[in-house]
Amino acid sequence: MSTEHNNTAVLKKNKSSNDVLLEVKNLKTYYPIKGGILRKTVAVVKAVDDVSFEIKKGETLGLVGESGCGKSTTGRTILRLLEPTDGQIIFDGQDITNVRGTSLRKIRQDFQMVFQDPYASLNPMMMVGHLVSEPIRNYNSKSEKDLKPKVMDLLAKVGLPEDAYYKYPHEFSGGQRQRIGIARALALRPKLIIADEPVSALDVSVQSQVLNLLKELQDEFDLTFLFIAHDLSVVKHMSDRIGVMYLGGLVEVAEKDSLYAEPLHPYTQALISAIPEPDPRKKKERIILEGDVPSPIDPPKGCTFHPRCAHAMPECQSVKPQLKEVKPGHRVACHLYK
Amino acid sequence: MTAKSHQHTDAPLLEVKNLETAFSIDGTYYNAVDNVSFRVKPRQIVGIVGESGCGKSVMSLSVMKLLPKGIGQIRNGEIIFDGVHLENMTDSEINKIRGKDIAMIFQEPMTSLNPVFSIGFQLQEVLFNHMKISKKEARLKSIALLKSVGISRPEKIVDEYPHQLSGGMRQRVMIAIAIACQPKLLIADEPTTALDVTVQAQILELLKEIQEVNDMSVILITHDLGVVAEMCDEVIVMYAGKIAERTDVDSLFHNPKHPYTQLLMGAIPKMDEEVEKLSTIKGIVPSLKNMPKTGCKFAARCPKALPECQTVTPQLAENEEGHEVACLLYETSQPKQEVNA
Repeated sequence: MSTEHNNTAVLKKNKSSNDVLLEVKNLKTYYPIKGGILRKTVAVVKAVDDVSFEIKKGETLGLVGESGCGKSTTGRTILRLLEPTDGQIIFDGQDITNVRGTSLRKIRQDFQMVFQDPYASLNPMMMVGHLVSEPIRNYNSKSEKDLKPKVMDLLAKVGLPEDAYYKYPHEFSGGQRQRIGIARALALRPKLIIADEPVSALDVSVQSQVLNLLKELQDEFDLTFLFIAHDLSVVKHMSDRIGVMYLGGLVEVAEKDSLYAEPLHPYTQALISAIPEPDPRKKKERIILEGDVPSPIDPPKGCTFHPRCAHAMPECQSVKPQLKEVKPGHRVACHLYK
Repeated sequence: MTAKSHQHTDAPLLEVKNLETAFSIDGTYYNAVDNVSFRVKPRQIVGIVGESGCGKSVMSLSVMKLLPKGIGQIRNGEIIFDGVHLENMTDSEINKIRGKDIAMIFQEPMTSLNPVFSIGFQLQEVLFNHMKISKKEARLKSIALLKSVGISRPEKIVDEYPHQLSGGMRQRVMIAIAIACQPKLLIADEPTTALDVTVQAQILELLKEIQEVNDMSVILITHDLGVVAEMCDEVIVMYAGKIAERTDVDSLFHNPKHPYTQLLMGAIPKMDEEVEKLSTIKGIVPSLKNMPKTGCKFAARCPKALPECQTVTPQLAENEEGHEVACLLYETSQPKQEVNA
């Protein structure tokens, strides 16, 4: 334990190094829709359609977008909870796209997930001590006696009282349950944590506790985060870089300050302008988008955003824009930028 | 039922006085709304903010008299709407007001529409209940209503069913139903919480527009301080069934007085500010059964709590003009009759 601590203390200094921990290349995840008596595939939902990005060690990449944009599917595909239809997932130098069986099981120690709903993601029949130690038991055949101090240590790290060990999930509030979920994710000392809307079920005051905790743990355990959320101010608070998704595609990726100071994609601009500002003295220009997000079963041709875009040009209807670097570190998929 | 609308310019449209609403848990009643008083003036948008369990929704259900029968009940206080007392009305009496003069929209546009009836049917139901109107007129009126809430192709949508519409469209339909009889007061309980941020912007814009066109008063219940800042004239901050602070929107954000409000402001990440740590409030809102019996209900979580906060209940009183606060840090909140400990 103590050597581990010394190591993390050294690593703390250079928060994000240049080593890439996770690289996603042209990732596609399609859900088939079955119909008819023979359950033939009649259509596909292109939930994630050609998404590429990378996350450096120690970095937090935020993924934002509205419901149905494919951000959760992206996260789950990276963890191989869903099978990718196409593309490559490279984790820590190893291509894990097609890894199966025991080798997949082994890699899974290194990436964990924190789920949105702290009420549904914990087994109500299991004691917290068992919930938190379950991942360790899955991988190491340690005796219960050795496990307990480890679990106690984890519970203390996420700010839960000692007696939590013998309690059941229903005895805790939403924020505390999310802490249990975080302790569980930390149990195997993973390298990457994918947090899928970890605070959207929580009240504001509790939300800030959990966000602070995640940041502290990131420093302490040298974690890399993929932080998925729909709330842009929360994502901005947590992330180093942010990717904006729309209808299965990544439309813009940039350092967070660059993204907020100068959003390039018309969708990002509308998204940022739509956030209600908690200050009545600030009256900002609002871009109101017309209509709703189209169905991912039959997405618009060309740029998927063109039917709602105020700047749409003829070529937007036919040519799908590729993600291009237009400024250092700022990539956007839009025909406005050549 | 005799009092007709009397439009004195400053007379409140809705006045709630010392409202106590209790819920029965295992046979014992616990106050979910505890001695709450406030007013809503004509054409005013009043926001009610607070975390889950603070009593904001129960309060609106009390005004609408929609409390679950046998479990929730108004135990004390007065609700005066447009000069008429609502608190002791029978169901048939309140039915003439509810849906006509006071309307409500709910958080879940997915579940608050009936899935087996067409949009048109659900709109016309309200019209038939409160107006003498022919079938043909009702259909035309419902198409006009759908158009007024920004639904394109209203003549088609009127015959469609809720599952055929998106979340934003359903919330527009809910708003169309609510404003069908041109209510004087609209209670919107978390109207945009289930919606995406770009759709939320559309719906908020629509609500503001309708409020101006129809000269409505609105009670907007939300947990989102951003929505409050954007929409409201006046804000009530609730904590554990009580009003902690009540003031106009500008002073709430620029001069918050109650420690709870101050902490709440610091707990939200802001777009244009960079902070390493957000402020937090230790602990959680106490449950109804574990509510402190005496003193300030926030005392256990308050970083500025004084010893007397445990025993003396602070009074909601005006501290500056138009700015009420219930906190013992302020002289004005000391109880008047009791001798100070």
